[in-house]
Amino acid sequence: MSVSLHPKPFDPWTLLADYQSRLPAGRFGANAVFVGTMRDFNEGDDVRAMTLEHYPGMTERHLEDIVAEARRRWPLEDCLIAHRVGAIEPGQPIVLTAAWSAHRQAAFEACRFLMEELKHRAPFWKRETLGDGETRWVARNTEG
Amino acid sequence: MSITVRYFASLREQLGRGEDRLEAGDADTAAGVWARAVPDRTMPERILIAINQEYADGDHPVRDGDEVAFFPPVTGG
Repeated sequence: MSVSLHPKPFDPWTLLADYQSRLPAGRFGANAVFVGTMRDFNEGDDVRAMTLEHYPGMTERHLEDIVAEARRRWPLEDCLIAHRVGAIEPGQPIVLTAAWSAHRQAAFEACRFLMEELKHRAPFWKRETLGDGETRWVARNTEG
Repeated sequence: MSITVRYFASLREQLGRGEDRLEAGDADTAAGVWARAVPDRTMPERILIAINQEYADGDHPVRDGDEVAFFPPVTGG
């Protein structure tokens, strides 16, 4: 299992390929992946940049707890969470969650669980810079 | 020893500081720490609290040396 925070842009697909190449071939039959990228709009406004604040130490620990909980609930070969922090621009990846299992149901469900738990509980906060240069803290997650 | 109080995101900006240090009090709780650290503001209803980097309720005991953090609802992912 792996949890990582990235202060600089990262390529989720390279990370995923490198990680999977180190897993024992033949042990899993399913890999479910979610990648979240930054939009250039939110709540009807143009968004030109974003800063992601976190709580160093607690954020990593909390993500590790989420992975451990997923492994208790589903028969998983492995899990991966990668998340950006710091200054982000539209189009850049923010988050990657992935789950490997023998079969697709556990992989799909665990991947969704990692993402939903992260959104609702992991200490990250987004501050947006709008098209006119104004900044605002994002007050809540969008549904689904 | 003392208690470290930390604030994040919009709360940190509103208070104009990211950290306070308090002397440990008798029978302290997280809500009690807020009341001493930020006496001019009622603790916000939807605030999240962590003690030593684990989520906790306002009535959770706080001991000398603890780190108590207050922050708004999270918006990662």
